[in-house]
Amino acid sequence: MIHLAGPYLLAAVLAGLGTYGVLARRNAVLVLIGVELVLNAATLLLVAVGASAGDRWAAGNVLTLFVITIAAAEVCVALAVVLAVFRLRGDVDLSERRS
Amino acid sequence: MTGLDLAFAAVGVIAAASGLLAVTTRHVVHAALWLVVCLGAVAGCYLVLGAELVALVQVLVYVGAVVVLVLFALMLTRAPIGPQAEISTSRLHRALAAVLGAGVTVLLASVLLPLAHRVDRHETDTAVLSRELFGTWVWPFEVLSLLLLMALVAALAVSRVGAPRRDDVRGAAARGEAELQGAREDGS
Repeated sequence: MIHLAGPYLLAAVLAGLGTYGVLARRNAVLVLIGVELVLNAATLLLVAVGASAGDRWAAGNVLTLFVITIAAAEVCVALAVVLAVFRLRGDVDLSERRS
Repeated sequence: MTGLDLAFAAVGVIAAASGLLAVTTRHVVHAALWLVVCLGAVAGCYLVLGAELVALVQVLVYVGAVVVLVLFALMLTRAPIGPQAEISTSRLHRALAAVLGAGVTVLLASVLLPLAHRVDRHETDTAVLSRELFGTWVWPFEVLSLLLLMALVAALAVSRVGAPRRDDVRGAAARGEAELQGAREDGS
């Protein structure tokens, strides 16, 4: 027996932390860390729902695997963009103070 | 409170605390390392929820691959070592971001918590999961492999933007050699 309030609360907290991380960071790589936290909140919800009842087609777990795969692809492309930006501009600062 | 609740509370507190540190620390590299702790703790949550294969994939793909990619990107963009004030936005901006993040948390929690109830944990057997993955879900799975291939090619193509072209490199090398030759002749 497990109470689902724990997973739900943790997912909400991780989503909030990820939102804060995306908004409060200027380094582009660190913004990605916030995105990862939000994605983990989503997958945690999927797994929690999958654990609560025998869901059809094991959808909670399978969709979590899919989200993890897509997150890996996303990070791959995003870091390539960050590297290209670094090569063109010399830094990865996202603030508007630069002309 | 059952044993599972206590176990989940333990890993959940670790995940939340390390996630908070990952988004607030002033050390660039520490943020990536705290992310490792957070993702590992989330993998522990999956274990407690009875999803063994997902926990293993989380450790393999997230902690193994994604965080290494992030660390590599930090190294390649010459991330400074030591506390840095300028990796975060201004104080006012951060306060607004904190309000917004807290708002997201409160909103999600207020929607989700009334739905929470005590359930019998349903463990997903790896054999069942793989049968579903390669049976019901086989076409999405195959499309995902295409997506990964496209992401790989796109990352390669994008990361070459701004790189010196091969002709330029050869031309520069030839010019440098000619200058060196000229300098030698002047010297002799």
